[in-house]
Amino acid sequence: MIRDITLGQFYPGNSVIHKLDPRVKILATLLYIVALFVVKDFAGFIAPLVLLEAVIIMSKVPRKYIWRGLRPVLIIIAFTLAINLFMVRGEIIWQLGVLHITREGVRTAAFMGIRLVLLIIGSSMLTLTTRPIGLTDGIEALLSPFKKIGLPAHELAMMMTIALRFIPTLLEETDKIIKAQQARGADFESGNLFRRAKALVPILVPLFISAFRIAQDLAMAMEARCYGGNVKRTRMNAMKFARRDLIAAILFCAFLAIVVAQRVLG
Amino acid sequence: MIEVRNLTHIYSEGLPHESVALDDVSFTIADGNFVGIIGHTGSGKSTLLQHLNGLLKPSSGTIVIDGTDITDSHTKMLDIRKKVGLVFQYPEYQLFEETVAKDVAFGPGNLGLPQEEIDARVRRSIELVGLDYEAVKDVSPFELSGGQKRRVAIAGVLAMEPEVLVLDEPTAGLNPKAHYDILDMVQEIHEREKNITIFVSHNMNDIARMSDQVLVIDKGRLAMDGTPQEVFAREEELKAMGLALPDAAEIVSQLRKKGMELPAGCLSVEEAADAIAAALK
Ligand SMILES: Nc1ncnc2c1ncn2[C@@H]1O[C@H](COP(=O)(O)OP(=O)(O)O)[C@@H](O)[C@H]1O
Ligand SMILES: [Mg+2]
Repeated sequence: MIRDITLGQFYPGNSVIHKLDPRVKILATLLYIVALFVVKDFAGFIAPLVLLEAVIIMSKVPRKYIWRGLRPVLIIIAFTLAINLFMVRGEIIWQLGVLHITREGVRTAAFMGIRLVLLIIGSSMLTLTTRPIGLTDGIEALLSPFKKIGLPAHELAMMMTIALRFIPTLLEETDKIIKAQQARGADFESGNLFRRAKALVPILVPLFISAFRIAQDLAMAMEARCYGGNVKRTRMNAMKFARRDLIAAILFCAFLAIVVAQRVLG
Repeated sequence: MIEVRNLTHIYSEGLPHESVALDDVSFTIADGNFVGIIGHTGSGKSTLLQHLNGLLKPSSGTIVIDGTDITDSHTKMLDIRKKVGLVFQYPEYQLFEETVAKDVAFGPGNLGLPQEEIDARVRRSIELVGLDYEAVKDVSPFELSGGQKRRVAIAGVLAMEPEVLVLDEPTAGLNPKAHYDILDMVQEIHEREKNITIFVSHNMNDIARMSDQVLVIDKGRLAMDGTPQEVFAREEELKAMGLALPDAAEIVSQLRKKGMELPAGCLSVEEAADAIAAALK
């Protein structure tokens, strides 16, 4: 069902990974993604793989749950694989009409596939182990140096918080509307592309109306509690850079060093 | 006749937030019955209703309506939807067309009926919910009042001419006048069509007044199944589930506790008044 989409959702827990400072996790994730692009051969993936495995084990998030999050992006992965498999020139090992697969194609496809899966699982570990609030607080803190040059860090973070907060609400709303229209005999599964696109109207119109209604209610509730973006706000749970964060940062730097060393020396 | 046997539903089976919404629920509804369903918020009432027209598939158990097993994967969905009309909670949120008539026509249109039949049904069901067809047919549903929107949404389901009408909290969020208007309309339709009507409500007065049979759901289980008299006689159990008695029954119960000699089983204001008057003589 639509409500079971787990990509980008938080998995409650209190593992070491959950407890890390969001700022550390966000920076580490960004650098991890950069590291994936530094890697240039298969052996280079060993370090990211070990790191990711360690994070998954420590986070105690069930693998089944992580795989589920991967499912919606499988199409993108499959598409990338197919393009690489068929488009790369080189020594032909299989041919059917105009389609051909080359040795280089297989290699590039496998390489890209591993990189993409590592990238998606790695970044979903961030959202799985960090509360949306922590995520946006972290982003706000990391962006605040740029406030001086006019970047509205707080407003951006607030927008993100609200957007993240309302993903489940809107999914719930969508689920309800789909069911209500199905109860009136609507059919979203058969027919050609045009018919299917048209079948979305009875869902999209009520969904937009609901979204506006929810937004209006929220704006009103925020006004009623005197929300103002520009005032200096303090936090109930201030982020603290603890000892475990220092240890995590040192370990992560070691990981980066290994990746760079492998690339230069390997 | 509706026969529900050992119905169990588990949401998000296999995920960490899996939850058992219905647990081994069995009951039978005879033809022509007006059935009220009560239960605390989150007890599983809406989940149960969504099984009745195949929107949700049970994790286990069967539902047989007039001899057709609707949980069987070979049963055509459209046939089930035609047989059982489900009006969701806040049904006005499902309106989407430019005009009232077009919106009501959505359901019968999906059934693949000929245009004349659709037009006839649209007129009939708009009149059935107590609106003036000529006056509202070309109006945008979004311009109507809350109570009128809900009528249009209910007409959208009635236009499919279901044999079983199911309503999930049909009066939630309405003002007192619209509340009674909607219920009177539902009762009128029930008496005219002589079909099964099932409704969920938190208003015990409405439940006691309108139902032939009352189902009580508690934490996904069927806690009671009987006539309003039988169900509301079990005051302590109901209160333990966070439910209440109809107002009149509550007053009678309080007076009995104070030592007044009153008969049990007064559900309506009239019955209670007569009983109290008799006791005071
Ligand atoms: N689509 C859904 N996904 C997961 N859990 C749900 C869903 N719908 C309802 N639930 C859960 O199932 C239980 C019963 O819900 P519901 O049938 O809506 O109760 P009621 O209508 O009696 O208030 C609740 O605990 C609710 O959180
Ligand atoms: Mg409900």
